[in-house]
Amino acid sequence: MRIVIAEDSVLLREGLTRLLEEAGIEVVDAVGDGESLLRSAERSRPDAVVVDVRMPPTFTDEGLRSALVLRRQWPGLPVLVLSQYVEERYATELLSSETSGVGYLLKDRVADVDQFLDALRRVAEGGTVLDPEVVSQLLVRRRDPLERLTPRELEVLRLMAEGMSNSGIATALTVSPGAVEKHINNILAKLDLAPTDDGHRRVLAVLRFLRS
Amino acid sequence: MLKLASPGTRMTTSWPVSAPDSYRGHVTSTITTTPGDGQRTAPAGRRYPVWRGALTLTAHAVTGMPVGIVSFVVALTLAALTAGLLITFVLAVPVLVALLLSIRALTHVQRSRFRSLLGVDIPPPTRPVGETWGARLKAETRSGDTWRQFGYHLLALPLGVLGFVLVTTVWAWALALVTLPAYAWTLPANGLFGWELHSPAMVAALTVTGILLLLVAPWVAWAVASVDTVVAVALLGPSRSKALARRVEDLTRSRAGAVDAADAERRRIERDLHDGAQQRLVSLAMNLGRARTRLRDAPEPARKAIEEAHEEAKQALAELRDFVRGLHPAVLDDRGLDAALSGIVARAPLPVRLRVDVPGRCSPTIEAIAYFVVAEALTNVIKHARATTAEVNVTATDGRLRIAVTDDGHGGASPDAGSGLRGLAQRTAAADGVLRIDSPPGGPTVIEVDLPCES
Repeated sequence: MRIVIAEDSVLLREGLTRLLEEAGIEVVDAVGDGESLLRSAERSRPDAVVVDVRMPPTFTDEGLRSALVLRRQWPGLPVLVLSQYVEERYATELLSSETSGVGYLLKDRVADVDQFLDALRRVAEGGTVLDPEVVSQLLVRRRDPLERLTPRELEVLRLMAEGMSNSGIATALTVSPGAVEKHINNILAKLDLAPTDDGHRRVLAVLRFLRS
Repeated sequence: MLKLASPGTRMTTSWPVSAPDSYRGHVTSTITTTPGDGQRTAPAGRRYPVWRGALTLTAHAVTGMPVGIVSFVVALTLAALTAGLLITFVLAVPVLVALLLSIRALTHVQRSRFRSLLGVDIPPPTRPVGETWGARLKAETRSGDTWRQFGYHLLALPLGVLGFVLVTTVWAWALALVTLPAYAWTLPANGLFGWELHSPAMVAALTVTGILLLLVAPWVAWAVASVDTVVAVALLGPSRSKALARRVEDLTRSRAGAVDAADAERRRIERDLHDGAQQRLVSLAMNLGRARTRLRDAPEPARKAIEEAHEEAKQALAELRDFVRGLHPAVLDDRGLDAALSGIVARAPLPVRLRVDVPGRCSPTIEAIAYFVVAEALTNVIKHARATTAEVNVTATDGRLRIAVTDDGHGGASPDAGSGLRGLAQRTAAADGVLRIDSPPGGPTVIEVDLPCES
């Protein structure tokens, strides 16, 4: 896998590069701002991009805007956005056009190396990965219909929104895949969402529901 | 008492002189002591030459008379002319304008006389406000300030003459008597009030008197200057209500400045932590995470130590993130209040319903205060209310931002009970906001804050 990193802190840029290279992922370029990221992506055509939100020159949402430009220019280019804070609003903007191959995680998650690498691979393969923190924020916005869900169903919904597969959810909650399946059907019914077996389409439906 | 430095006082540096109660507020700046340029350059602790203070005080008294004569004549003549011409409005107006302009000019002259010779800074009178030239003329004619200044310009004559006569007479006698031995013999033996001018004893006595007068003269000049200053500050400065209005304006401006500065400081700290400590902690946690994955075969104690350090680094990172986000979330600046609030609401350990209906944006400072209000109110709910659910409603109508935080806890919240709600009350008040807390025992608690949208 070939990756371009955009991160303005030299310390983290180098640390991240080392971390990925140790895992056998090729870092073709590591840049410090959004403009350079766009140029680098044009030049090196990576398999995925890892980008920090707050970068020069504005130090606000530079990285996020670059990510949106990249997604417009190369639909389907997987983008993993990392940030010191996750914001539900940024997630909504990031997921507004296309939800495949998108990740949005707290920078803290880098510390759990295996999980982080797994998340990056899922994004690179076209999956959706959302930080649990951002899912909590999305759930706050839809408090009313969610009150119909049981605590267990809410938990399952949370993990679905984070981008987990059925088996992932079953492992995380230590229940059988059949039980997960039952919960999911209940959730979709209670939220008036069309039932579907396709894991990815299901995530989409849930996210669309949370955003609307 | 309003005091001028007495001549010859030991000068170290300028010190504030308190004005009498009735004038407090007029004299906004520090009244410096004995005037003259030497004062600022005089090194601390050195004795100030007596004659320089005496000289400027005397100059004040001496200039008082010519300035007084001119101001009296000009002010009275123009006032009389205006009064006389009142029957013909068309002619009266230009003379009235001339009168008002000369009152202003004379006030300017007197203010600079007090400032340059006595170091007394009399605040400038307020300028009349009005859309048109006529409105300004009317405002200035009706202003009490104008006629108090006019009063001073009339009083300047008797004050000036009295001061001039007193000071020059004392100086003249002092100089004449001190130098008497030099010319006493040329005078007739009993030529002066029948004094024995040729008797050495009498000449000696008169010379001593002259020396005493020489010492007294600066004090006379000082007394004249003091009386003149009291009158001038009362009549030439802005009136008490106007001085208060100006003070309120100044305070409002400086308070807004202080609130903005505190807000800017919070942003700066947030930025510094983001660029510094947070990045470093992420890097540390990441390196420990790498060590943890790569050293799986390390001896048990080493592995355990790395695991613990890794967990602690992540914990520290999470705590620092919560703290920094509470300080000032970056998303507040670029996406507004609505976007920023879901972050704090989501972190609350109880279900919170959030409704935000704010079509536009308020000023950054107000948004920061509103964010703080919600954060603080929710913290209060979590810590003290024992609530099972809470609700946050934010609306903006008619230029007011209204925030209501409701919980179903046991009530009894009060700003006196904890520092959280008190801090909330203070920050709200600093932005001219209103805070209401309705929290009967048994609940529910409603905390409402009403803020001006722009600041």
